[in-house]
Amino acid sequence: MDILQVLADATRSAIGPVAAVYALAAIGLNMHFGYTGLLNFGQVGFMLVGGYGVAVSVSTFGLPLGVGFLIGIASAVALALVLGLPTLRLRADYLAITTIAVAEVARLIYRAEFLRDITGGVYGLQSFSTAFYQWNPFPSGTYGFGWLSFSARDLWVMTVTWGLVLVGSAVMWLLIHSPWGRVIKGIREDEDAVRSLGKNVFVYKMQSLIIGGVFGALAGAMLVVNQQTITPDQFMPQVTFYLWAILLLGGAGRTLGPVLGSVVMWFLLSVTDSVLRQLIATDVITFIASSEIGGVRHALVGVALLVLIIFRPQGLIGNRKEMLINVK
Amino acid sequence: MSSDVNGATVDRMAGVDPLPGVAKPDPILVVDGVRRSFGGLTAVDVEHLEVQRGTITALIGPNGAGKSTLFNLLTGFDRVDSGTWTFQGKQLNGLGGHRIAREGMVRTFQLTKALTRLTVMENMLLAAPGQTGERILGSFLRPQWRKQEEANRARAEQLLERFKLLAKKDEMAGSLSGGQRKLLEMARALMVNPTMIMLDEPMAGVNPALVQSLLEHITALRDEGMTVLFVEHDMDVIMGISDWIVVLSEGKVIAEGRPSDIRADQRVIDAYLGSGYEESGREPQTDTGESHE
Repeated sequence: MDILQVLADATRSAIGPVAAVYALAAIGLNMHFGYTGLLNFGQVGFMLVGGYGVAVSVSTFGLPLGVGFLIGIASAVALALVLGLPTLRLRADYLAITTIAVAEVARLIYRAEFLRDITGGVYGLQSFSTAFYQWNPFPSGTYGFGWLSFSARDLWVMTVTWGLVLVGSAVMWLLIHSPWGRVIKGIREDEDAVRSLGKNVFVYKMQSLIIGGVFGALAGAMLVVNQQTITPDQFMPQVTFYLWAILLLGGAGRTLGPVLGSVVMWFLLSVTDSVLRQLIATDVITFIASSEIGGVRHALVGVALLVLIIFRPQGLIGNRKEMLINVK
Repeated sequence: MSSDVNGATVDRMAGVDPLPGVAKPDPILVVDGVRRSFGGLTAVDVEHLEVQRGTITALIGPNGAGKSTLFNLLTGFDRVDSGTWTFQGKQLNGLGGHRIAREGMVRTFQLTKALTRLTVMENMLLAAPGQTGERILGSFLRPQWRKQEEANRARAEQLLERFKLLAKKDEMAGSLSGGQRKLLEMARALMVNPTMIMLDEPMAGVNPALVQSLLEHITALRDEGMTVLFVEHDMDVIMGISDWIVVLSEGKVIAEGRPSDIRADQRVIDAYLGSGYEESGREPQTDTGESHE
């Protein structure tokens, strides 16, 4: 087995554009769950409206790409208001139910036949990200060294997306280490106590939902820009659960938790995939067909996550002492 | 420990008749016709109630008398079916809990709500009112709120010292004992700069050794001019420190008066004390959820 090849593929995956996109979306989820305690099971819905904000604006209406990004962000704010206004005054679990449902309903609406002229229906949209690649300052060629090299195109997407991750993490750090962040963390612990101290809990929860949602929308926009195409069925509920796995793996309630979680997650996914593929190719494993690799590797990653949650429930960089304090 | 806690036993309620709904010379809180029912059960039905400024007023009654419900209604944590109440002349009905707290009426909870995964100091700082850094855009302007933060920190340290929690300021609030959490909750409520403090069973679940210290804190608040309204079960506590006692039964105010009046009131004995309150002086606690944690 070619171990170097396996590690090379895994590293490329761990620092590639998709890992950056998931890190960005998980930063938003960290704002919701890690700091505010909001159970958002529909983060993929924010990615969807962000991605379609870009695609529809540019592809269908011929607007500039920058305007598309702004429309994607505005869609996320609107979605947060739709989700939050009826549910944020209620108990936490109502938001959980609503978010998972609304994200799925949104996907079905975007793929609906009657909107085909606008959203492209089940076929989605293409050719909306030309401008993005025209802005690429890197001359074409390959960058990196030996086994770890990227095309100029990939490097450009990675620079922008990881740049957004960096800026997002900085913004998140500033917010959380401020009196605003203290109120947000207080709400996670006990919102009635915070209300009794004269803070408008509803407004804070809404702000948190909007901020985290905007990060989701940016992630969705970068995802489709990277793919240069968008289809509704890539925004299935399991994307949200990947994001949860990433967040818990890295450590919820830590600024770099979602970033580290995404890198490690994509590394593990790639390693299990390559190892299985090579073992099957060399007939070491005969009871799994190569078409089944996708399912098997997810099962293996699932087992790895289980082990992690049993032995390190706070995630890779969480604070165990803080985690184990009795929360009443 | 009854009368000595009250110090020189000044009668702050001189000239007020011990009658349900009686008018007070300088009421800070006036309740009129407040009703709340759950299904067919009327939990609270208070015709008229006034709370005198600068006193300790106790709200007592048997289990299910509606004490906590009345508390929740007055502090905006539950909605009235009908009725009005004014605090320092301002009508409060319809306002949310946070608005009422900002008016200067701050409550604590029967089941202590320490923010467990924040430090003791963060608990205190969170409570300070009017922080510019608590606004979402203001939070980015570090130099602007840092000065305010320092002032709040100084005030928090004074309060923590007073409640003997200063040594714990950097520990997680969740690591404190039950009694210390009660003290923290009280100190935190004071950070809001209230004019009236509402304590929901401040002694529930507290180690007996800490009870005396809590009582001293409560009387000290009154002596500084704050108004205290509290719900409590422990009869020794109530008789010892209250200037005025309001007895609730089945949601209605059935008696009001000084501790001596209440002790002699036959309706109260029938409704609440029963035969259980004799020499032992302790009424069995039954609805204080967390007293055995």
